[in-house]
Amino acid sequence: MADIEFLKKVCSQVRRDIVRMVHAAQSGHPGGSLGCTEFFVALYFEILEHHPGKFDMEGRNEDLFFLSNGHISPVYYSVLSRSGYFELAELHTFRKINSRLQGHPTTHEGLPGVRIASGSLGQGMSVAIGAALSKKLNGDQHLVYSLHGDGELQEGQVWEAAMFAPNHNVDNLICTIDANGQQIDGSTDSVMPLGSIQDKFKAFGWEVMSIENGNDIEQVLHGLKKAKSLSGKGKPICIVMNTDMGYGVDFMQGTHKWHGIAPNDEQLENALAQLKETLGDYR
Amino acid sequence: MEKYIDQGAKDTRSGFGAGLLELGRKNTKVVGLCADLTGSLKMNAFKDEFPDRFFQVGIAEANMMGIAAGLTVGGQIPFTGTFANFSTGRVYDQIRQSIAYSGKNVKICASHSGLTLGEDGATHQILEDIGLMKMLPGMTVINTCDFNQTKAATIAIAEHTGPVYLRFGRPKVPNFTPEDQKFEIGKALLLKEGKDVTIIATGHLVWKALEAADHLAQKNIDAEVINIHTIKPLDIEAILNSITKTSCVVTAEEHQKNGGLGESVAAVLSQHLPTPQQFVAVNDSFGESGKPEELLEKYGLSTTNIVEKAEAVIRRKN
Repeated sequence: MADIEFLKKVCSQVRRDIVRMVHAAQSGHPGGSLGCTEFFVALYFEILEHHPGKFDMEGRNEDLFFLSNGHISPVYYSVLSRSGYFELAELHTFRKINSRLQGHPTTHEGLPGVRIASGSLGQGMSVAIGAALSKKLNGDQHLVYSLHGDGELQEGQVWEAAMFAPNHNVDNLICTIDANGQQIDGSTDSVMPLGSIQDKFKAFGWEVMSIENGNDIEQVLHGLKKAKSLSGKGKPICIVMNTDMGYGVDFMQGTHKWHGIAPNDEQLENALAQLKETLGDYR
Repeated sequence: MEKYIDQGAKDTRSGFGAGLLELGRKNTKVVGLCADLTGSLKMNAFKDEFPDRFFQVGIAEANMMGIAAGLTVGGQIPFTGTFANFSTGRVYDQIRQSIAYSGKNVKICASHSGLTLGEDGATHQILEDIGLMKMLPGMTVINTCDFNQTKAATIAIAEHTGPVYLRFGRPKVPNFTPEDQKFEIGKALLLKEGKDVTIIATGHLVWKALEAADHLAQKNIDAEVINIHTIKPLDIEAILNSITKTSCVVTAEEHQKNGGLGESVAAVLSQHLPTPQQFVAVNDSFGESGKPEELLEKYGLSTTNIVEKAEAVIRRKN
């Protein structure tokens, strides 16, 4: 059983990491990172069967995760580090010269935990499908997880991948859509309405489920466990997870405006006052 | 040295199909992906013998490149197959981010490159693919000249770790390289020795370069012919050795002059050995419908064009 109180503490600490990293670099994407914190913490601290201390690119006999919307790298790096993939102090290097923590995640600098470069949107579902097929070829029973933005669904390649996965019975794949309803130019409804994401994936032949509140750690855990139980039954699984962009920092919450800008010193102080230091800040 | 002779016309794409089948039998990690062109790419034999290691992706090349990148995680060696246009221009960002920048061991195998695709016309006749692919850091770029070389290259690239672009074509062309010729990535082949001019050719124009050398011999011009099958990494040593001797060069390729083999050779020469050079390549133009030989003639890629450029570049010496 998961220790919910501990996971909540991790979430608070990860949120502090996110705003501190983006502030230090004066660059980065805090909004989506804050909104997906519960998802990452639930996945890396509870759901994944993985080997953080001995990262291996081929990832045999462990679960894999691919981040398709690579711009939310702050939450990814914080959680990778706090779950043991690399030293916490390295978070200082985010977006700075000679860093393994590039603006968008990459394998190119050899950062443990990352198995594909992402940033240019719409590519991660295809990659996750390939990795899931590879597991099947290897007779490896472990699962492949991925995360995608809702705005990202406007990329055509996503639907090429969505068509492929059910037709090839890729049932060891769990793709989560971060449905925060926001993108750079405004709400998804104002930029390019997505309609029912659930209905679209259902129509393509996926097993579709929802997490009503993706900022409730218990709901996220429950949803991911349910998805896991639905794997291996012939269909790929899509979780539509509602989140609040910027969750946890009141002035960043529920708006696209903090998609890709950094807080100033005063705003950092304000944000940190709202987020309890639970496990110790990175130093 | 022994003269290369035409052993009969065969298509390079069939060399790919034969190579892939042989690879499939000896390496269980080799998997094939195709975007609705299995017959055109000659991947049917592989598909039939290894149905579990073949993935029909449908008309969705971007997805194919991403899936191929993912398949490498876990150790598979994916070979993607579609036309050259859809293997490069259509999916450039997918190759750039998910394959090249991510350092994935994907073999991008491209048929129907260049003008000799023929009647389908300019929409399908990509003449920019070598340039696009050679610009990507870490990408190996290979353009094979006949059936035997394409088969050998297909087998060889499975042993190389890292992304590879393998370019071949549609028409039946003379098959002239020995069946047992070893394919070494990045190693040029000296096909004919000569002292007056070096002709460096790739792909379908290699045979035409040999024909041109015969024509030049009748005019008492002794041409050296080099087959560069690997455009990146380029065999700089072989190029410089030959040109040190001949002091002039003609490059020949079924590609735009901008971004092609000739440009790569010029970059080497300008740095190490400034030398007169003439280009047999398409000059900033799209192709059109027609028979392969008609197109090669119209766009200046015929045997006669190579002969004329050789004579012209010799006049520029001194």
